[in-house]
Amino acid sequence: MQEVILRMRDIRKTFPGVVALDGVQLDVRSGTVHSLMGENGAGKSTLMKCLIGMYTPDAGTIELAGDQVSFKDTKDGLEHGISMIHQELSPVPEMMVAENIWLGREQRGKFGLLDPKLIIRKTQELFDEWDIKIDPRAKMKDLTVARQQMVEIAKAISYDAKIIIMDEPTSAIPEREVEHLHGMIKRLTDYGVAIIYITHKMDEVFKISNDITVFRDGKHVASVPAKELTRDKLIQLMVGRELTSLFPKLEAEIGEVVLSVRNLNRGKLVRDVSFDVRAGEIVGFAGLMGAGRTEVLETIFGIHPAESGDIEIRGKKIRIREPKDAIAANIGMLTEDRKHNGIMGVLSVRDNITIAALPKFSPKGFLKMGDLKRVSEEQRQALRIKTPNLEQLIKNLSGGNQQKALISRWLLTVPDVLMIDEPTRGIDVGAKSEIHRLMSQLAQQGKAIIMVSSELPEVLGMSDRVIVMHEGRISGELSRADANQESIMHLATGGDAAAA
Amino acid sequence: MSDTAAEPRAKFDAKSFTKTYAILLILVGFMVILAIVTGGTFLQPRNLINVVVQVAPIGIIALGMMFAIITKGIDLSVGSTVALVAVVSASLAQVQSDTMMFPGLPPMPVFVSVLAGLLTGAFIGAIVGSLVAYFRIPPFVATLGMMTAARGLANIYTGGRPVSNLAPGFNWMGQGNVLGVPVPMIIFILVAVVIWVVLNRTRFGRHTYAIGGNDQAARVSGISIGKVQFFIYTLIGLLAGLAGMILAARIGSGQPTLGVMLELDAITAAVIGGTSFNGGVGTVWGVVVGALIIGVINNGLDLMNVSPFMQMVVKGAIIVIAIIIDERKNR
Repeated sequence: MQEVILRMRDIRKTFPGVVALDGVQLDVRSGTVHSLMGENGAGKSTLMKCLIGMYTPDAGTIELAGDQVSFKDTKDGLEHGISMIHQELSPVPEMMVAENIWLGREQRGKFGLLDPKLIIRKTQELFDEWDIKIDPRAKMKDLTVARQQMVEIAKAISYDAKIIIMDEPTSAIPEREVEHLHGMIKRLTDYGVAIIYITHKMDEVFKISNDITVFRDGKHVASVPAKELTRDKLIQLMVGRELTSLFPKLEAEIGEVVLSVRNLNRGKLVRDVSFDVRAGEIVGFAGLMGAGRTEVLETIFGIHPAESGDIEIRGKKIRIREPKDAIAANIGMLTEDRKHNGIMGVLSVRDNITIAALPKFSPKGFLKMGDLKRVSEEQRQALRIKTPNLEQLIKNLSGGNQQKALISRWLLTVPDVLMIDEPTRGIDVGAKSEIHRLMSQLAQQGKAIIMVSSELPEVLGMSDRVIVMHEGRISGELSRADANQESIMHLATGGDAAAA
Repeated sequence: MSDTAAEPRAKFDAKSFTKTYAILLILVGFMVILAIVTGGTFLQPRNLINVVVQVAPIGIIALGMMFAIITKGIDLSVGSTVALVAVVSASLAQVQSDTMMFPGLPPMPVFVSVLAGLLTGAFIGAIVGSLVAYFRIPPFVATLGMMTAARGLANIYTGGRPVSNLAPGFNWMGQGNVLGVPVPMIIFILVAVVIWVVLNRTRFGRHTYAIGGNDQAARVSGISIGKVQFFIYTLIGLLAGLAGMILAARIGSGQPTLGVMLELDAITAAVIGGTSFNGGVGTVWGVVVGALIIGVINNGLDLMNVSPFMQMVVKGAIIVIAIIIDERKNR
């Protein structure tokens, strides 16, 4: 049994109106992977921010290798050997890899001036030792996300990290890079580093964890060796109730063709794309990262207008130059990146919910305040958006609740076609199944739904039909019966449909 | 930020109360200090009314400026628009004399000159709005250009001379009163009410906040960003024009030198009032109080015989402090 390197006791942290952590414990042994599980808002991220010195806990103690510690900021934490690889990496894109690693600890050469050669050499030594194949002179912005992650890990190692926290490191990197990352984690633990791992992916948790700690609503639920858990048991601990099914796909009557796309082209990632979507149908778009799935949706919706091709709604040709035109044609789109073009952070939940449907609620330009209040309250209840009130700023909500609010935004526009890009990225199990159920219900109401998802189980579970893309083209289409991981991966990697 | 929101609490929260009403407390604080320092002179009704009259043009422009700042923009041209509108409207409101700008111009009802002034202001604003919305020129640059150009136009128009001898009806806008209430104050209050309605009760207002909150998300939600920006800068021009006429009416003369540095007062008032350069945040009552604070400070410094140069230093410091506070709040 490895020694316990980190001991967090009775950690409590409150924000105005919210108890984020309510007396939480965590023991982590060196040389192991300890996964933190729990729905979004369970307190995982807050606990980690307390650990690295980003937040100061209101109460509780942190012991590192037997010594009680309290970091005044993250740099202090770093210097004590605690590193965090954030979900959204924050490198300096214009700087070299080597400069990013030594940022804040600039190595000085002659005359106290910076010496790029020195840090490049030190970085190369570090990379050689850990078998990382990245050019220290490369600009950070030219690296893939997976490689940027490796650089961040190398940076942690350079700080002589004892504990490395990884917050959903595999949410944005392709499958084969995940293997690479897991290999790296294995080597780090062999070396004695403790890894605290936050993820929503079940398969991954069981693959790499030694221990699993589950949080729920800011409270510690259980800490268990991974061997003693099953998938179902774990989900049960997380949500505190039996989950009937992760993908409650309901039967829906499939009707007329609603959206018809013909020979759509834009740039390299939308090439000659043609497909139909019928009322009541959920069409899943699968493919590897960068295959052009998101770009197809963005082109249809007019975020980046098409260079050529036709879009028809119920047989009527429409021209879409900007999202406004698409909305006028009763198309809605939930974008992939909530922060970038989804939520308006400093605005209230109500404003966020109602913004796309305002024309309906403001004839002659004046808002019908009563109606806006009523419909946003209806949405809050129908979708069970967890917020103290609708005046709350949306940035204060958890990811899952933000996502629900954004779905509400589109439901209020009463679309015929709803395009959803990564419906459940970065949100917890409970909210996930709620969103899946909602999508099914919308299909039952006769909406045509297009879903892009990088999670194969989600694609398989939700879609009536799967369209697979490869390098900007549709490489094949699979019926619900024919779709499975193998057939999709075959098409996604450029194999032809006949061989599938 | 916190992850989950918990139960609502209706309990009185001293901290959030102070936060909400901080600027009001600051205003009251300044007033108390001035009352003491000036031995009561400051609190005399005549002086207080004077403060509001002085501040009305700044406040009117600040209310427009708020729209620009909410959408992460700025308008540096307002001071020059004030000058241009002042001379244009004054030139159409002169009483008959040999020295008139347009000799032989028949006397016209005051509303003609007022209308001409408002249209001039809106036109200048519309040019700025077009540059921002359709030529994608950053507001800072577009309005910097207009700041210089409009000032130039005002001087060309009058040959650099003031336009005086204005009709009493015109001067009434700056000097008159209704039941003892000065007209500039009435106009300021009316403008504040109208702007409150525009910002809080119209789609245009909601779109303004949305663009400031996240322009990409706003676009995806079907908002034509350009169209909203165009109307915002047109509205600012219109309000600057209104302020310009009040200023000309107050001194009974349209002068091409009017409104120099007025943009800074307006920006300061908006920012003190809680309008955030980070976008998406700003309220009418905050800006009104912000403008009153500027007025109180101006007046107080005058009463204390502080030199105009020192006053500039004080005001410069105030705007920087206001922005520091804004940044702190967002952390």
